[in-house]
Amino acid sequence: MKRTNEMKLSFLSKSVNEGFARSAVAAFIASLDPTVDALSDIKTAVSEAVTNAVVHGYRDSLGIIYIAVRLYEDGRVEITVKDKGCGIEDVEKAMEPLYTSCDTGERAGLGFAVMQSLMDKVKVRSKPQKGTRVVLTKRISPRDR
Amino acid sequence: MPLQIEIQADSVRALLSGEIDHHAARELREEMDDAVKKAMPKVLYIDFREVSFMDSSGIGLVMGRYKLMQSLGGEVRVTNVPAHIRRVMRVSGLDRLAVIDNGGRSE
Repeated sequence: MKRTNEMKLSFLSKSVNEGFARSAVAAFIASLDPTVDALSDIKTAVSEAVTNAVVHGYRDSLGIIYIAVRLYEDGRVEITVKDKGCGIEDVEKAMEPLYTSCDTGERAGLGFAVMQSLMDKVKVRSKPQKGTRVVLTKRISPRDR
Repeated sequence: MPLQIEIQADSVRALLSGEIDHHAARELREEMDDAVKKAMPKVLYIDFREVSFMDSSGIGLVMGRYKLMQSLGGEVRVTNVPAHIRRVMRVSGLDRLAVIDNGGRSE
């Protein structure tokens, strides 16, 4: 399947950059002329993945978050969010809805659940002490066909 | 202003605006808790009509306030949720926890 466009960006894991990451990805996929709903879904999924890297991956420190977006001929969008943070011991458990490793009662534990409900596919690879990679895929059809 | 607080006799109304993500939630939670602890209301209304974006951090924000209100013997009412925000709320089951009504203006 032919790749029609791609971009890469990296930024410090400060929470203020969560909005920047959403806007950057949204701006890049604008060329596909997505519906308002598709755009909102992708922004939300990216926000969840980036927030996980900020809050959990680099918990008490700062690191770099890497985002790569690939657009394919068939309208498929593939977004990779990667961090080199603490990694996830048990990915299956982490992806259980409502599971959170946060103990302040402020995190809902719904990041992965939201990503899975809004995207076609969510793939997670992680290694403790090495980092985590989340790949989000969604096929977009243009607005007026 | 990302947050406007209205204190009435038995209630506090928090009007949120803009993008509610992890970054925004951090500041919002403190301001909302300060107002609630000062006013000790029976109901905390969280109004979403000006919210343009929300991810699950917004759900966490509501949940944390729900726990606080519960500990004070009160309740949380989520109001005026725009259509595009309702999806995230539905995925989280928030409608089963904090009463969601569209309206809720008290005179």
